[in-house]
Amino acid sequence: MSDETQLIVIILLPLVVAPVCYVVPSPRVAWLLTLATATGCFLIAVQLLLAVLDGGGFSYHLGGWAPPVGIEYRLDVFAAFVLLVLTAIFLVCQLYAGSLTRKSGIKEIPLAIAPTFFAATLLCISGLMGIVVTGDVFNLFVFLEIASLATYAMISLGRQRRALTAAFQYLVLGTIGATFFLIGVGLLYAETGTLNMQEMSTLMPELVDRRTTFTGMTFVIIGLALKLAIFPLHLWLPNAYTEAPSVVTALLAGTSTKVAFYALVRMTVSVFGLETIADTPLPLILLIVGALAVIVTSAQAILQVNIKRILAYSSVAQIGYMVIGVGLLTVEGLTAGFVHLFNHALTKTGLFMAVGIMLLNTVDAKLPSVAGLGRRMPWTSAAVVITAFSLVGIPGTAGFISKWALLDAAMAQEAYFIVGVIVIGSLLACIYLLRLLDVMYFRAPEKVSDHMPAETLTVPFPMITALWVLAIACLWFGMFTEHSLSVAKLAATTIMGVQ
Amino acid sequence: MTDFVLQHFNYWVVIFLMMIGMYTVISRGHLLKKVIGLNIFQTSVFILYISIGYIEGGTVPIVAGQVVGNTGDVVYANPLPHVLILTAIVVGVSTTALALALIIRIRDAYGTLEENDILKLDQDSDG
Repeated sequence: MSDETQLIVIILLPLVVAPVCYVVPSPRVAWLLTLATATGCFLIAVQLLLAVLDGGGFSYHLGGWAPPVGIEYRLDVFAAFVLLVLTAIFLVCQLYAGSLTRKSGIKEIPLAIAPTFFAATLLCISGLMGIVVTGDVFNLFVFLEIASLATYAMISLGRQRRALTAAFQYLVLGTIGATFFLIGVGLLYAETGTLNMQEMSTLMPELVDRRTTFTGMTFVIIGLALKLAIFPLHLWLPNAYTEAPSVVTALLAGTSTKVAFYALVRMTVSVFGLETIADTPLPLILLIVGALAVIVTSAQAILQVNIKRILAYSSVAQIGYMVIGVGLLTVEGLTAGFVHLFNHALTKTGLFMAVGIMLLNTVDAKLPSVAGLGRRMPWTSAAVVITAFSLVGIPGTAGFISKWALLDAAMAQEAYFIVGVIVIGSLLACIYLLRLLDVMYFRAPEKVSDHMPAETLTVPFPMITALWVLAIACLWFGMFTEHSLSVAKLAATTIMGVQ
Repeated sequence: MTDFVLQHFNYWVVIFLMMIGMYTVISRGHLLKKVIGLNIFQTSVFILYISIGYIEGGTVPIVAGQVVGNTGDVVYANPLPHVLILTAIVVGVSTTALALALIIRIRDAYGTLEENDILKLDQDSDG
């Protein structure tokens, strides 16, 4: 297969397998199919990244129609980088989801609807990968909706009825966000007469002073900000993350917001252009909302009792760090944002997986319920310690690398305010995670009969393997940073068009 | 001023519908009404796109009895926004279907569709 063909195959593969998964009678077969698809996508993504690093970007023309008339799928270093993160997280999550086909999975998703779940994840990842590779703004909208619809369905699979209202809330806000994006695309099309990203970016500088263009850009950015859950548009995220089944939350934390971040960077930096947005208040706004996200939502995380909710608020804070990286408008800032995207995907997916495993042996995800779990589930708890350290940014873990890179970028711009925000944010993260570790390791279970189910379930092998793959990755990319940092830097330089 | 208003008549309709839709989504507590508001909001965008494709004096973009590329003086309306909006309508229909499916399940689980009642039920189950 040529590289160009692989670009379309990686999107089509999950899209084609999804309906098959839905009709196969056995959850086990559905799982194996999904796992095979995930492996295939991951291998293709690795090859694509190597191809891009080797010979630069390339594009696939759908139906043989050359752009700007036809739709093209375009791959550059940034896209290939995000594609690899997506497929890697997807693969690990599918490994973890193997538990759904066993007895222990009943706590998450009923066996009967497990095939539906696998079909939905495949549709979701197909949409997310589509957003990353497409070179057409309207096509981006379509993929955004494919991914979103699958996500709403997955969130509603949660055990409690609250999952339904959380899914509905996300549906309403997500649809408003997507429609805003659509309005923006329409206005930009009215001005530029094209939907192709590359052509639009060449036409942008002349048209930027028009009010329609400016309005269009605003709509696009706000629409994507809603999907990305940038503070203060994050209201749907804590509910959705808390109520969704753990495996869904793990998948969403590692992929969904990351892709929305990708789309925001793609639209602002490469379509609208660096000079264009430098003249608008956008960088300043991004810095402010990023800083507010870090401080406010980290503080909110401290007040929560539900572990999943603590981590969900922390996710909004982490999005803040990434947005700050973009707001700095330098190669270093973007690099930091991209590395943080990668590191946070590993870290947060790992943490949510760990919570899912802990839930097997606790009544709920509230803090008191996990008291004494450090002794009862030593391996899971050890992985929680590693990933939690990575989230805080302790040296030697992946989280440290990206926070250091961001500090560096802020120092270079002499943005000491941002430096302060990052430090305070890390301290706040320390507080809410130490609270969790403290309860796990140093508190005895209050009432044994209340908080512990009678039998201790053995943790299924796929779940613990998936968790430890991510925990080790957190350590690995904290110590051997050449690959993640250099690719992120290359991605940042190519997207900014500087050498 | 009147000219300006009248010339952009369709765009005023778009803005009017958009505001009605948004306001309904925000102000109504009933989940079904929220979905209706969402639909009105999306419909306004459809009209926006179709307005963009309109060209004064333009005709239906179908080349009849002529070779493509030799269309003479005939001006055609831009067909692309129409095609785009067909896709967006499909997306809108799917979203509505999913929203209604969720509403049915919420109704089964809570016995009500009023947002305030649902919030209250959730708080009660916490206590």
